[in-house]
Amino acid sequence: MIVELGHYALVLAFALTLVQCVLPLWGALSGDERLMAIAPPASVTTFVLVLISFVVLTIAYLNSDFSVLNVLQNSHSAKPLLYKFTGVWGNHEGSMLLWILILVFFGALVGLFGGNLPKDLKAATLAVQAWVSAGFILFLLATSNPFTRVVNPPLEGADLNPILQDIGLAIHPPLLYVGYVGFSITFSFAVAALILGRTDAAWARWVRPWTLLAWCFLTLGIAMGSYWAYYELGWGGWWFWDPVENASFMPWLAGTALLHSAIVMEKREALKVWTVLLAIFTFSLSLLGTFLVRSGVLTSVHAFATDPARGVFILGLLCFFIGGSLALYAWRAPMLKQGGLFAPISREGGLVLNNLFLTAACAAVLVGTLYPLALDAVTGEKISVGAPFFNLTFGPLMIPLLLAVPFGPILSWKRGDLLAASQRLYAAFGLALLFTLVTFWAWGMEKVLAPLGVGLAVWVMAGAVSEIVTRVKAFEIGPKRAFSRLVGLPGSAWGTATAHFGVGVTVLGIVTASAFQEEHIVTMRPGDTVQLAGYEVTFDGAAPRRGPNYTEEVGHFTIRQAGALVTELDPSKRIYTARQMPTTEAGIHTIGFSQLYLSMGESRGDGAIDVRVYFKPLITLIWIGCVIMSFGAVFSMADRRLRIGAPKPAARRKTAQAAPAE
Amino acid sequence: MIRSLLTSLVLALALLTTQALAVTPDEVLDDPALESRARALSAELRCMVCQNQSIDDSDAPLAKDLRVLVRERLVAGDSDGEVIDYLVSRYGEFVLLKPRFAWHTIFLWAAGPVALLAGLLAITLALRSRSKRNELLTAPSSAKLSAEEEERLKKLLDRDENA
Repeated sequence: MIVELGHYALVLAFALTLVQCVLPLWGALSGDERLMAIAPPASVTTFVLVLISFVVLTIAYLNSDFSVLNVLQNSHSAKPLLYKFTGVWGNHEGSMLLWILILVFFGALVGLFGGNLPKDLKAATLAVQAWVSAGFILFLLATSNPFTRVVNPPLEGADLNPILQDIGLAIHPPLLYVGYVGFSITFSFAVAALILGRTDAAWARWVRPWTLLAWCFLTLGIAMGSYWAYYELGWGGWWFWDPVENASFMPWLAGTALLHSAIVMEKREALKVWTVLLAIFTFSLSLLGTFLVRSGVLTSVHAFATDPARGVFILGLLCFFIGGSLALYAWRAPMLKQGGLFAPISREGGLVLNNLFLTAACAAVLVGTLYPLALDAVTGEKISVGAPFFNLTFGPLMIPLLLAVPFGPILSWKRGDLLAASQRLYAAFGLALLFTLVTFWAWGMEKVLAPLGVGLAVWVMAGAVSEIVTRVKAFEIGPKRAFSRLVGLPGSAWGTATAHFGVGVTVLGIVTASAFQEEHIVTMRPGDTVQLAGYEVTFDGAAPRRGPNYTEEVGHFTIRQAGALVTELDPSKRIYTARQMPTTEAGIHTIGFSQLYLSMGESRGDGAIDVRVYFKPLITLIWIGCVIMSFGAVFSMADRRLRIGAPKPAARRKTAQAAPAE
Repeated sequence: MIRSLLTSLVLALALLTTQALAVTPDEVLDDPALESRARALSAELRCMVCQNQSIDDSDAPLAKDLRVLVRERLVAGDSDGEVIDYLVSRYGEFVLLKPRFAWHTIFLWAAGPVALLAGLLAITLALRSRSKRNELLTAPSSAKLSAEEEERLKKLLDRDENA
């Protein structure tokens, strides 16, 4: 009975979104306040209804109610409680329901906290958000109903895919979806602006915090997914340029560009038309990602059991939303006023350069991801586009961008002085050069690119630090006054510097982990020892063990450095009983920022076993850098000048005083 | 040759039942220079039954066969190019993770650079038309600013700078 209640709530939510699609928009266009006023309560109620249906599905999972087809196919009574809970979104139907829950949650947030938006803009935005919600709720109800019942339910379920039985499933999809779906709000704002034919100050001020929020979660979601793949898939890779990874990476690239163009729009009223287009692109890429993952056109770790009807339905939604919004853009964008002039060498110019390289990189990834599909469809030729291609095309586009990063925040608005900016970056440049030379000295000429990569990373990090130093004029006004300036710096300045620093940290991790990794592939007998990066890895033996829903063979390894015990590691090979599916659990030991990575392979009889031992220098910096980037977004959101909505004039004056004149 | 094929077949069967690591110790060549070439080549070849994995990363039996094949060709004295050509002739271009530069892949390879150039062009044109419009708009009036207006403008600009 309760399952039917969840289904019913979802249908009701669909009906409500239909109302929210039409009436508030009508009101916004005809100036009828009563119709506009429907939007906020409708958006909140939709959220409550979808939440009810999500909770119902969760209860079905927690109770192992195998009369529900979705639970039967994806759960097992012996599964640990955490995975019963996270298993709700470990499958197509459930994850789509989570996707929709987050979508309507964002709608409800605008409904609840958008009080200081112009009424028509708020109504139009919520109407557009309801269009998207209605499309996806209909998709769920029509092609992938999570509440379908089974007539004669069996006693046991088919269990969750073992790779997904991990804490990663609790974190990665929700973070990623908040990021993906968060961009729906900027999309709805952009389309609403096009419908109303204007972008006012409130519009400009709203776009950036929402983009920041979505971007922050998307960054964390991608980083988490990368780390999960790294420790779970068992061969120590952290990014595979898998089409589905690209599907999340493209909105990230476009979203990063959007974040930067929104700054120009907010501060200088320029690039409005471009920002609107970018907002449309970003969410379109999110939708494209959803299509790629769920339509079955791609095979990947992420692909859910698919059926063609779903693919066609999502393709229809995709065409409707992307085509519709772009057509609206072509028609209405010329009406939007262009503002703010600037010289090519200026802060705005730097941000335009950022957008240029990020969009070009995004285009390269997009074409690389879709080209094999298109070529196959057109000529029937089958080609593969994989990591070597992307490294070759994406990498070169990032180098000039990273070189330019430290200049951006130091240039002044409207008209900048490149020479003056360069002088402020002497220290950063010197430091980068020093690190390059030291790496050359330590590693010799055998790896030419790696020291340059290290230098580039240090350049970006040191550039971020010198931005703060420049802003507080640390060397000109003495430490005491500099400190008070430091405290008084606006959140967005901290945000920029922190996020840029994070980029440098990630780059450093990527360069060192790829270039200086050490690897040993050996067959080890109990008592054997291998030497790697100054560590002695001894294999003590392996033993079988039983888990709640799997059996495993656990190896025991002792790690010593110069004879002294460092740690003991227990990597294992598991077989999940319900699906008879093997997985590897790597043994990982973190030393500073570096990691020792052990992974077991085939058993060779008489206790011998194949072992892969890696030393991955500074590899954790890859993910730490991403976390630092997301902190940057948080600092930027905390900036009081960016408080959601248009600040009241009095509050505005106060902020102007709080940020001292420069 | 036949014996090594047989052993790889046996190994492949063994791999079907248990999961193994990508490169196994028995595959590794004694000559480190050849082995590192083999690894570099393997990273550019696709395991055709896998989900977007190179044969260097994959545990699948087919990937193992291909790794063994690559090493055999290298030991036989093939250059990297010859190994690639041989595999393409046997398995088609699908085996390459980095497609060859040819007519049917020209759009693929050109996408990034073309997007960059198109963007540059668009920005240049936009800046130019913008500055022209600006001249037309501001030229006659800017000459007439009084001292008082200049002062006000400077204040406004300063405030903007700090915002």
